[in-house]
Amino acid sequence: MNNGGSKSIVFYGVFVLVGLIYIARLFTLQIDDSVNYEKALRNGSNEITVYPDRGIIFDRNGKLIVYNDAVYDLVVIPEKVKVMDTALLCSVLKIDRNEFIARLAKASEYSRKRAEIFYKNLASDVNNQLQEMIYQFPAFYIEKKTDRKYKINGSAHILGYLSEVTPGMIKKDPYYRSGDIKGIAGMENSYEFFLRGKKGVKMIYVDKLGLEQGSMGNGMFDTAAIPGENITSSIDLSVQELGEQLLANKIGSIVALEPSTGEVLALVNSPGYDPNLLVGQIRNKNYPKLVLDPRKPLFNRALKAKYPPGSTFKTVQALIGQQEGVLTPETTYPCSRGYHMGSITVGCHAHASPLNLTQSITKSCNAYYCYTYRSIIDNPKYPSVQAGFEKWTLYLNSFGIGVQTGIDLPEESRGNVPTVKYYNKVFGENWRSSNVVSLSIGQGEMGLTPLQMANVAAIIANKGFWYTPHVVKSIGDKKYMPESFQKRHQTIVDSQYFRPVIEGMAGVCKPGGTAGGAAIPGIEICAKTGTAQNPHGEDHSIFIAFAPRINPKIAICVIVENGGFGATYAAPIATLMIEKYLNGDTGKTKKPEMLKRILNAKLIQPSIYDKDTNLNLVQPPPEILESNGVPKKVLLENKKGQRNKDNKSDHNQDALAVLTKRPEHD
Amino acid sequence: MIRQPYADERIRIDWTTVMMYIIFIVFGAMNIYSADSATEGAFLFDLDKNYGKQILWIGICLVIIILILLTDPGFFNISGFVIYGIIIFLLVAVLTTGSMVSASKSWFKIGGFKLQPSEFAKYATALALSRYLGTFGVKFEGKNRLIAFGIILLPMILTLLQNDTGSALVFACFILVFYREGLSGWWILMGVYIAFLFVLTIYFGAKFIISFLAISTVVLITVFVFRKIKKLITITLIVFAASVIMALSVDVAFAKLQAHQQNRILLILGKKVDNNGIGYNLNQSKIAIGAGQLTGSGFNKGTQTKMKMVPEQHTDFIFCTVGEEYGFIGSSALVMLYLLFLGRLVYLAERQKTAFSRVFGYCTASVFFFHFFVNVGMTMGLIPVIGIPLPFFSYGGSSLFSFTMLLFTFLKLDANRVNEMSRAF
Repeated sequence: MNNGGSKSIVFYGVFVLVGLIYIARLFTLQIDDSVNYEKALRNGSNEITVYPDRGIIFDRNGKLIVYNDAVYDLVVIPEKVKVMDTALLCSVLKIDRNEFIARLAKASEYSRKRAEIFYKNLASDVNNQLQEMIYQFPAFYIEKKTDRKYKINGSAHILGYLSEVTPGMIKKDPYYRSGDIKGIAGMENSYEFFLRGKKGVKMIYVDKLGLEQGSMGNGMFDTAAIPGENITSSIDLSVQELGEQLLANKIGSIVALEPSTGEVLALVNSPGYDPNLLVGQIRNKNYPKLVLDPRKPLFNRALKAKYPPGSTFKTVQALIGQQEGVLTPETTYPCSRGYHMGSITVGCHAHASPLNLTQSITKSCNAYYCYTYRSIIDNPKYPSVQAGFEKWTLYLNSFGIGVQTGIDLPEESRGNVPTVKYYNKVFGENWRSSNVVSLSIGQGEMGLTPLQMANVAAIIANKGFWYTPHVVKSIGDKKYMPESFQKRHQTIVDSQYFRPVIEGMAGVCKPGGTAGGAAIPGIEICAKTGTAQNPHGEDHSIFIAFAPRINPKIAICVIVENGGFGATYAAPIATLMIEKYLNGDTGKTKKPEMLKRILNAKLIQPSIYDKDTNLNLVQPPPEILESNGVPKKVLLENKKGQRNKDNKSDHNQDALAVLTKRPEHD
Repeated sequence: MIRQPYADERIRIDWTTVMMYIIFIVFGAMNIYSADSATEGAFLFDLDKNYGKQILWIGICLVIIILILLTDPGFFNISGFVIYGIIIFLLVAVLTTGSMVSASKSWFKIGGFKLQPSEFAKYATALALSRYLGTFGVKFEGKNRLIAFGIILLPMILTLLQNDTGSALVFACFILVFYREGLSGWWILMGVYIAFLFVLTIYFGAKFIISFLAISTVVLITVFVFRKIKKLITITLIVFAASVIMALSVDVAFAKLQAHQQNRILLILGKKVDNNGIGYNLNQSKIAIGAGQLTGSGFNKGTQTKMKMVPEQHTDFIFCTVGEEYGFIGSSALVMLYLLFLGRLVYLAERQKTAFSRVFGYCTASVFFFHFFVNVGMTMGLIPVIGIPLPFFSYGGSSLFSFTMLLFTFLKLDANRVNEMSRAF
């Protein structure tokens, strides 16, 4: 009966064969080929980027100037909404039932399982209230986001702003992913590497519905976000703010440096713009308006505008002349209301004649420097005027003129120092010193940025050396400071030659000097006025200074476009800034009348663009404004379209407080 | 019909097989738990969850096992045709009154539960086949073959009409029993040859296959002519002619398949790649198994499993859970254990003294083998996706009951073989 018994062997054989095939297949799937394993790791694993807190920026005295503001959103997972006290939630949020239903419907639109924003930007009081009772609303959560906030409105040129990265930036630096935020201008850009910190990663699993299914490997694949380094800026907030107010309704620029370190104490451009205007989604709206504004608020004058330095340049000429041996402190030149040579006349104002070196600075004699300059480049020790000119250019370069100073802010101009080649082209090969004599008093083709001029003041204050200007004082807890800012640059003029120049500058702010009126009692300010003729209209008012004379603490350059004589606007602005810095926050000015005059001076009218762009140009404190003065503008208005009312008024008060009461200095 | 079992009968139950059964259902329930629950420490008897229900089904199985063990072994032989008749009636009834579940009309809805008569049809067919082939004097020859084929074809066709191709194909496994009972191995080989020809033609195209066959035939005939073996020349020519006809008709036959069936074949052959559409299930299945690597992620820790990346993982694709959570070591151990189990069944079948018990034993082994072969093969991407469960592992009451009845009816028969022996003489 069991005739088929031998066939059972075939069954056993088939089982063994199938077993071998299947185990071999398992081997290829599980051991041999890790493709499936890698796919499985990616499968449903979601990399959630954990964004570190961006570093915040303090001023040199530890005052907060850029920070991250917490913003709270109420989010809901529609599917989990159960019976609850809807009326209570409505009353806290100040919405009615219909709006509640509408908002819930909107949140459910994409998926009922996903957390969606139910109410954006909770007001702080609403947030506080909700935090306490949120447990009563099981499907609702409060989610925290951060926004970048800038405490100084007009300082965008120093601080910069943040924006979403473009595809081009991602290509350059693969650290960024689409949607990341990056510093675009100013310090936010220059110190992006330190400020951004390091993104962390949280690996989670999501199922095929996109719902979080918990952490991958209990967090063993996660990396913590490393917060950005906090940066202490070299900016003195109170001086910076004063500068912004002083330049209100004027076009111009202020750069103040600490000579002994090269730290930038203030860098003001007017008109400037509020960095908050270019943050987030409102950037697209505001940016074109800022571009179109004829007063060019986006233009970083302090670094990019090339102004003829005018008479301030005489200080440099005096230094070069001495070093070249064509000038001694005792050298005198005559001046008969100017310099006359053949058909050339360089006019000068009425003063005693002849003058020596020191007097020539104090009185700002044009003729003196026409002689000096010609003797520098016509010096017989050089084979040609071209060679003399080139030597002179070398001197300038050692002063940071005609080269970039290397400041840690983007897009610095190197100014304009004309070249031999240029003059060869204009005048032919055989030009003479008389052709370029206007350079002697900082006119003609000469162009310096306000930063370069402030640096010249710092160099004179230091008697011959300078540090690369920088807006950062220290980075992070370790007080890191880039090496390039610790390197001393030496000019090729010996320090002994600075004494007579400083002597002359010390007289400028004294009775009989060109800016005697701008003197501040009790502070010995060494300065030089400049009145730069320019093809665009009224002369530019220019002033460079440092103070105090012994152990200088601040070097400054002020330029007020079309402000007339250097003494008219630039000088008082500079001396008020110096006073503010040297006396500290609390000190009241000893020249209140001068302060009032400057604050009320309007060299430009508010533009029709103001209303559109809401430029929030810094305005003088309201109590100082005359009744017919500049319209009081509400600061920070409409910055965030959707921002809740309560929040807004808080910020407004903050902003006004900054302007009205100067914060206490520690 | 129910009587007290003899004391020695209880002992004679093959405990090796019973132990394997217990390992399978417990391990199976663990895998369903893994595939079904996202949270650890979930309530075990939650009837809203599949693992909770599976535990209930296992409980019912215990009752079924006890009932079977208490049944007089002669009952199975006597009632074979009656049970078969009832099931055939139910299969017809489900066509008219059943509910549609995933495109198949093969379920009765009773309260909250669903019953799938086609699962029990395997059991009934096994009984009827054993009854018929076990009848004294009936050999697997001549007309008897047609009747035996008829017994398996009837439920097969009815299941096909329910649009449940997978379950219908299972009935083909009884051909293995016919092989044991006397069907020539050539028929099996011919079936395998036809299947290969079908697959290769789809893969390489009819033209290529026919050219290949023609060259082979020419070579073979040359050899045979040279060696003067006339008989083989004729056979070769017949095989060639039949193969050409088949190759030419493959396209027609293939076109007769439903679209999803065509796709499943094309996917396995790599003729079609669509990991996000029709190939999603298979691709995710392979990924989940591959994720297990050597040792697997451990019980209830499989990420693919927890994320429910593989559709139908608790039913037809349950082997993915084994692959992912227990790795190569665990899953190859399971493959080996399963094949040992099948070997054990063949061994038990061979030691039966009556044709009825032996045929039933082979039916049991064949059904389990076919399910195992197809199910595990499809989750690993070796066989086109055919939706049939892995016995004792896949979630589902009907199939678990049916498999348990098959196994324990056979174990009961095996335990009783001494008595049969005495009765036979």
